[in-house]
Amino acid sequence: MKLLLTITGAITALIGSKSALAEYTLNMTKGITDISQDIYWLHMMAFWVCVGIGFVVFGAMFYSIIAHRKSKGAKAAHFHESTTVEFIWTGIPILILIAMAIPASKTLVDIEVLDKADMTVKVTGIQWKWQYDYPEEGISFVSNLAQSSRDVIKASPEEREAVHNESDYLRSVDNHLVLPVDTTVRFLITSNDVIHNWWVPAFGVKQDANPGFINDAWAKPNEIGTYRGQCAELCGKDHGFMPIVVDVVSKADYAAWVESKQAEKVAEAASATQAWTEEELVAKGETVYNANCSGCHQKDGSGIPGVFPAMIGSEVTNGPAEYQIGLVLNGMGGMPAFRMLSDTDIASVITYERRSFGNNGSVVQPSDVTSAR
Amino acid sequence: MSSTTAAAAHDDHHHGPEKGLLRWVKTTNHKDIGTLYLWFSFAMLLVGGAFAMGIRSELLQPGLQLFEPQFYNQLTTMHGLIMVFGAIMPAFVGLANWLIPMMVGAPDMALPRMNNWSFWILPFAGTILLSTFFMEGGAPAFGWTFYAPLSTTFAPDSTDFFIFAVHLLGFSSIMGAINIIATVLNMKAPEMRLMDMPLFVWTWLITSFLLIGAMPVLAGAVTMMLTDRNFGTAFFDATGGGDPVMFQHIFWFFGHPEVYIMILPAFGIISHIIPTFARKPLFGYSSMVYATASIAFLSYIVWAHHMFLTGMPVAGELYFMYATMLIAVPTGVKVFNWVATMWKGSMTFETPMLWALSFVFLFTIGGFSGLMLGIAPADIQYHDTYFVVAHFHYVLVTGALWGIIAAVFYWLPKWTGKMYNEGLAKVHFWLAMISVNVTFFPQHFIGLAGMPRRIPDYALQFADFNFISSIGSFAFGLSFILFTYIIVDCIRNGKPAVARPWGSAKGLEWTLAAPVAYHTFDEPPTRAEILAESQHS
Repeated sequence: MKLLLTITGAITALIGSKSALAEYTLNMTKGITDISQDIYWLHMMAFWVCVGIGFVVFGAMFYSIIAHRKSKGAKAAHFHESTTVEFIWTGIPILILIAMAIPASKTLVDIEVLDKADMTVKVTGIQWKWQYDYPEEGISFVSNLAQSSRDVIKASPEEREAVHNESDYLRSVDNHLVLPVDTTVRFLITSNDVIHNWWVPAFGVKQDANPGFINDAWAKPNEIGTYRGQCAELCGKDHGFMPIVVDVVSKADYAAWVESKQAEKVAEAASATQAWTEEELVAKGETVYNANCSGCHQKDGSGIPGVFPAMIGSEVTNGPAEYQIGLVLNGMGGMPAFRMLSDTDIASVITYERRSFGNNGSVVQPSDVTSAR
Repeated sequence: MSSTTAAAAHDDHHHGPEKGLLRWVKTTNHKDIGTLYLWFSFAMLLVGGAFAMGIRSELLQPGLQLFEPQFYNQLTTMHGLIMVFGAIMPAFVGLANWLIPMMVGAPDMALPRMNNWSFWILPFAGTILLSTFFMEGGAPAFGWTFYAPLSTTFAPDSTDFFIFAVHLLGFSSIMGAINIIATVLNMKAPEMRLMDMPLFVWTWLITSFLLIGAMPVLAGAVTMMLTDRNFGTAFFDATGGGDPVMFQHIFWFFGHPEVYIMILPAFGIISHIIPTFARKPLFGYSSMVYATASIAFLSYIVWAHHMFLTGMPVAGELYFMYATMLIAVPTGVKVFNWVATMWKGSMTFETPMLWALSFVFLFTIGGFSGLMLGIAPADIQYHDTYFVVAHFHYVLVTGALWGIIAAVFYWLPKWTGKMYNEGLAKVHFWLAMISVNVTFFPQHFIGLAGMPRRIPDYALQFADFNFISSIGSFAFGLSFILFTYIIVDCIRNGKPAVARPWGSAKGLEWTLAAPVAYHTFDEPPTRAEILAESQHS
């Protein structure tokens, strides 16, 4: 019954929304790097080769089906062997394949061999978010699925319009990766937990993020704009909810962005030294919790029995604070380490966990986290 | 006096099947065991199909409607595992049990008691696998490829049951493969030479060697998982000096031969059906045998084309790209031979032929997308998208499954001694043929547009084609209700079939009465009989 409702709902939505129909694409993106355009060319070349072979093979097959049928009085011939013919149709495909392999090899070498990069970004996959580090600029931040998408994922059938009104549903994040145009960027890609895959179709970059190993990839974006991608390797429950958004900006805008990020970092370090009130910590902690923790431990702190522990009434959230700080900083088993969050963020999220969901643990100050690091 | 005793002894030898349910538990008869395999795999096909319906219902429109993401991942994982290990593989073993002894003029399989075991392991393995749904933490949710460390450090407790089930399934497959090799090489009629054997026998003989080579590797992979999970080893854990990518190498060293395990027997089936309804001998019998052997060999040396994005060195990528593209050559030879068999034939289009022609058409489309995927730079954009999902459903559904359905319609009159309803069977064919394309063809588009696979919810630009795909899948699902009716109706009410219902069919199995006796070929066929029924005369 629920299914029937869903189907009828979907049909109405499909007919009702003109915008949805206008957005679909049939083919691979050409992208905005030389490599992505080479890949597109290879894709179309392979496609047309297949169309050509298909035309010949299916042509012969359907001609036979139409012309050589018993109902038309066709009498069966008796030939059933020809070494010459077998040689021909072994040889011709080999030649076609060689012709395809030459440009493919060239592009592959172009992709894999990079002499010199202008800058480096380290990309770390974490269940289910991306962390970006600019080691030379000293910038580091985490990029989560935007709250506006999170809010409508489970919209009821009556509220379905909410999903359709959310532009870039599941393809928007809170913190964008920002890169300068016309600059060769080397990506160092790794993971903190399971295997992820960092994929930006417009760059022609898709590379596995393996825990304990670093892979590299590179891109030189030619056009300013916003480009979206997704994690492309099953990485657990919220694999479908860790998008990638890259802003390619002018070099001047990039320099300004770097400056503002660095200033942000200084301000944050200063805020970690002062004492916060419980209300301030809980308010900030809720945002941090929903972005970083609710994927596993659930928004209401109930967890998933047997997989993700509950926050409610837990020995951790009601026990000594030092233990919980250590857990969040260093991780344990399936729980990732959250060292990349600032001391303020960690203190506030721990306080939120210890003072909400009916828990009665103590308040944790940013300075407690600083000394625990 | 002595002749009476001999006749009595002879009668005793020709006992029929035992009465009651125990017949099926204790049977060592290849026909009974074939029937058991086929019904088991059909049941699993319906279970795996039900999971697919769940998946497509969730994907009908954007937003999460029916399932939590974790449960959705359980559905995709179990759909893959059940279809591969529960439906397709056992169905082909069932066909081998029924057909190989009859095709080589043998009285039964070489190792009948082991045959009984290799079947009866399956229901237990399947039950263990499905029971994980009811365990705390749910069923395995890491995809049928179960990449570490998602399947080790980060997996639910039920994973250990999954590992045990995979071990059992592996035992069953290896025993089945040993039995088929022993039957073909030792039990075929003394007058039958290797190059007289029908192609279904040839393809299964080669497949058996793939099984014996590949299944122990899978067993090794899951055993390492087991010790990583429970006994403190770190094969796949970098913090202990292991490597998660090594898991993928081991898995795909099994996994790539595995996909040919699922398609080679179908190649054999199609090579029987097309000559029958084109009324012309199979074109290029020996090149078909050599092509099958070449595909099997190549299948062992291309595994890392599933892993172009793991961070392989460029030399490795180049090698695996070239080796992969090479597979197109013997596969192409097979398709060309089938078309040449049709050429200047006198074709009719009974149901088995419709399935076979549809196989050639749609499997080739799957082959084309396979060739595109083999081009390593382009694979960067295809990898782990719906383009891959479309590709492997074209080769596994409209390839492997189509071959099985074609075989069922082709040999059903021989097995049951009855004819199915031809009109209804054609309706079923067209329903399945159209709906399967509505389901899977649009997935090429959403894959190219950038939708990753194994996600329970998607961005709005993928909505239209997902909707079409889901509607197609519901129709495809319904077509199996009609299929069930046609088979049951044939068994219960079908009109009696003659021994050779397809007048132009060749093969020793057609020399036997319909319905076929419980025991056949007590006396091996003569050289003349073998030559008269061979595929290349």
